[in-house]
Amino acid sequence: MVLSTVPLLLRSTRTPLLRTAFSRATVRAFSASVVAAAESAPGAYPKGFRLPRPEAWDEGDSALDRAGRLYLMTELFRGMYVVLEQYFRAPFTIYYPFEKGPISPRFRGEHALRRYPSGEERCIACKLCEAICPALAITIDAEERIDGSRRTTKYDIDMTKCIYCGLCQESCPVDAIVETPNVEYSTETREELLYNKEKLLANGDKWEQEIQFGLDADSQYR
Amino acid sequence: MYTPTSLHELPPEDITNSFNQQTGKDIIANQNKKVRAFTVNFGPQHPAAHGVLRLILELHGEEILRCDPHVGLLHRGTEKLIEYKTYLQALPYFDRLDYVSMMSNEQVFALAVEKLLNIDIPIRAKYIRVLFAEISRVLNHLMSVLSHAMDVGALTPFLWGMEEREKLMEFYERVSGARLHAAYVRPGGVSQDIPAGLLDDIYMWATQFGDRIDEVEELLTDNRIWKLRTVGVGVMTAEEALNHSFSGVMLRGSGVLYDLRKNQPYEVYDKMDFDIPVGTNGDCYDRYLIRMAEFRQSLRIIFQCLNDMPAGPVKVEDYKISPPPRALMKEDMESLIHHFLLFTKGYSVPPGETYTAIEAPKGEMGVYVVSDGSERPYRCKIRAPGFAHLAAFDAISRGHFLPDAVAIIGTMDLVFGEVDR
Repeated sequence: MVLSTVPLLLRSTRTPLLRTAFSRATVRAFSASVVAAAESAPGAYPKGFRLPRPEAWDEGDSALDRAGRLYLMTELFRGMYVVLEQYFRAPFTIYYPFEKGPISPRFRGEHALRRYPSGEERCIACKLCEAICPALAITIDAEERIDGSRRTTKYDIDMTKCIYCGLCQESCPVDAIVETPNVEYSTETREELLYNKEKLLANGDKWEQEIQFGLDADSQYR
Repeated sequence: MYTPTSLHELPPEDITNSFNQQTGKDIIANQNKKVRAFTVNFGPQHPAAHGVLRLILELHGEEILRCDPHVGLLHRGTEKLIEYKTYLQALPYFDRLDYVSMMSNEQVFALAVEKLLNIDIPIRAKYIRVLFAEISRVLNHLMSVLSHAMDVGALTPFLWGMEEREKLMEFYERVSGARLHAAYVRPGGVSQDIPAGLLDDIYMWATQFGDRIDEVEELLTDNRIWKLRTVGVGVMTAEEALNHSFSGVMLRGSGVLYDLRKNQPYEVYDKMDFDIPVGTNGDCYDRYLIRMAEFRQSLRIIFQCLNDMPAGPVKVEDYKISPPPRALMKEDMESLIHHFLLFTKGYSVPPGETYTAIEAPKGEMGVYVVSDGSERPYRCKIRAPGFAHLAAFDAISRGHFLPDAVAIIGTMDLVFGEVDR
């Protein structure tokens, strides 16, 4: 029965059906009726709140249009067409371990301790990073070295506690503790994430080029 | 001959008797049976429970008779921790409250501390904050609307939303260094200026984002399945919504025109030209439409911020509150002292108390800070919008069916970082 009425319905209401099916914009109708301009009404209750005018009997879509939409499932097919369009677009996903997304010079990843070009470690054990760390992840012990300069004897970061807020590198007056762009340092055991000074200095040696690039690129904002 | 409603009114033995031809002995046995409502434990590992929500649902068949939300599975004691941190150290904790709209949370804390310090931040910092607050709103609504759709059965738009979120998190990363937990908005401004070229890229993103909303709306707004699952589900009248202290979209969906960006404008929202979408029916579908309309309003604000972005400093140039620039710190002794003081002792905030609230994407996000004049807050109470919404879950879901509970969780936009704090 439905099959027999569909051609008839198409013939008799061709123009309105096509128009409503392909130019209907419920969304815009919604925003026009419901988006209330609230510039002048700072009250909690809906003052100037506009309800759409109730439709008169001869307004809006005809029963045939509505029936056409109901049985021809126009909105479902429109949705399916939008999904089909996506099939012909370039994929947004990347092939992760081989392809990586871009990161900025400010990226905050794994920590590292840097050295001066002479090979001398930068950290002077001022303990600013230990003081500011909100997660209490940094532990520092310091002693006077044999040549009289003050250096750390212990510099531990508990990477399982660290929240990567970046306050340590912001606080460091000599740019010794920095966060490298590296994020691929997952380990099999928890103990491996308790970094000591050797590990941090090794990270610094390994990532020095990227760290310096990031610091240079961002220097005008710091 | 029987409808589900009429079956509910019958005693259980009548139902069984009507289905089975039973002997008199069985009838007597059945008369001694009592049928109680069926209790279901929904979550905390349920994929539709948005994290660690645990609902104790009392069911009669599929109908929800009573619902008891259990919270606290993600409780980290943030408020207490903040009492032991300086104001700068407390800031990263706010990222972790509502972890899909990070900068909005930082903003509310920064505004509260600025109010206690009685300082006014530079105009450029205000514009940057508003720009990123609206980006956060888009981030949040992408997550909430499209995961709502996913819970109800439409997986495809969620993936499109993730693509847009990825682009936005890249902006977050470029400006702050972290994709999620930015720690960017600080009391006294923002931590660093936006890098060159970022505004151009945000503009390029914003020009195409309207099309993405159109696509999602094409798929959902008229879709009969989506409408069947949302229209008339989770209805709250304006009065009920106010009585349950709803805010944000949950309140506006019921027809109450209340948005803190208009009602008590903070930052530069009084200079922005935007509209507040308000619903009429107070059901899930209206709240969905409002969120979709808010995408477009956020885009309007983003465009205005991009066009009007003023030049100038991005944090107060009072080195007793915000750290001096590094170049100055390295050559000026006084700046170095300020730097050391700020990162060890912190700055002291005059005694006082404030309740400061902003229109976070989920609703009214407020923070009540009491300062005793030291460097650490004496008390910090966080008013999370999701908590009030979840508290009304029983009232909103009673009488609905079990699948509707999922739709209601989606429309409430629950994130347990802020509910459990």
